[in-house]
Amino acid sequence: MKQTLKKAFIATIPVLTGYLVLGFGFGIILKSAGYGILLAFAMSLLIYAGSMQYVAVGLLTGGASLITAAVTSLMVNARHLFYGISMLEKYQGTGKRKPYLIFALTDETYSLVCGDNANIPPEQRNNYYLYVSLLNHLYWITGSVAGAVAGTLFQFSNEGIDFALTALFLTIFLEQWLTAKKHLPAIIGVSASVLCLLFFGRDHFLIPAMLIIALLLCLYREDEGHA
Amino acid sequence: MHDIYTWSMIAVIALVTAALRFLPFLIFNGTRQTPKIIQKLGRILPYAIMGMLVIYCLKGISFSALSGFLPTLIACAVVAVLYVWKRNTLASIICGTVCHMVLVQLVF
Repeated sequence: MKQTLKKAFIATIPVLTGYLVLGFGFGIILKSAGYGILLAFAMSLLIYAGSMQYVAVGLLTGGASLITAAVTSLMVNARHLFYGISMLEKYQGTGKRKPYLIFALTDETYSLVCGDNANIPPEQRNNYYLYVSLLNHLYWITGSVAGAVAGTLFQFSNEGIDFALTALFLTIFLEQWLTAKKHLPAIIGVSASVLCLLFFGRDHFLIPAMLIIALLLCLYREDEGHA
Repeated sequence: MHDIYTWSMIAVIALVTAALRFLPFLIFNGTRQTPKIIQKLGRILPYAIMGMLVIYCLKGISFSALSGFLPTLIACAVVAVLYVWKRNTLASIICGTVCHMVLVQLVF
C-alpha cells in the first residue's frame, strides 16, 4: 500500500506543479475580485474543475444568471463525458471508491489513470486510482487557498510555468503514440481539433471538435485501421 | 459573508460539472451490458482525447508575432525530443517548462 502511494505521488508530480501554480492563480484572481479564502476553498473542493473555476469568477463578478452559469458549465465541461466513457471498465470494480473517483475525474487525473498503468500490480490499481485522485484534489485545493491567502502580496515571476500542463499532456500523447499499434484515433483527435480551432475560433472549438471525434471514432473499425 | 446568490452559483456549477462526470457511469452501469460501440469508444477515445487536449493547451498561440508562437513551439519540441529520446516524463516536463519560462521572460 505504501509502495502504491509512493508510485501515485511520483506520477502526480507534474500535476502537483501545474495545480499549485494554476490553483494559486485562481486564488489570486478570486481574491482580487473581492471574494475570500472560504470561497476559494469551497469552489476547489466542490467544483474541482480548473478552467471552469476561472470562468466562474467572471460569471460571479458579472452577476450572471443561474441559467447562464449552468449552460456555461455544460459547454466548458462537456469533455468530461468522454472521460467517463473511457473509464467505464477501469472503474467498474472500484467499490466504495467509485463515487469519489468519478467526481474527481479532471483532465489531469484522467490523463494519469487512462493509460495501462503497467507498473502497478493489478490488485493495487483501485487504490492507485484513489491516491492519484486524492493527491491531485489536495494539490488543487492547497494551491487555490494559498493563492487567496497570499492575495497580491506575493510576487513571483512565474510567467510561462503553466506550460507544465501542456508538457504533461504532450508526453502522455507521445507515450500513447509510441506504444499504439494504430495511429488513426490519435490523428483524428489532433486534426479534428486543429480544423475546428481554425474554423470556430479558440473559444468555441471544443464542442464541435468532440462531436466530430466521436462521430469518426464510431465509424472507425478497430480491425481494419490502416494508419 | 457571501450571499445566497454566490453560493447558488457555486452549487449550480458544481452540480452540472459532477453530472457530466457521473452521466456515463449512470447510463452504462453494470446491470446492463455496455453497448459494443461504447466499449470501442472507451478503448480508442484516450488516443484522440489526448491529441485534443494538446491542441486545447496550444489554442492560445497566435502567428501574428514571433513571440506569439515560438516560445511554445520550441518548448514543445524540447519536450518531444527529450521524451522520445529518454522516455522520462518528469525530465521532459521540467526541461520543457523551464525552457518555456526562460523564453517568455527573458528572450521574447
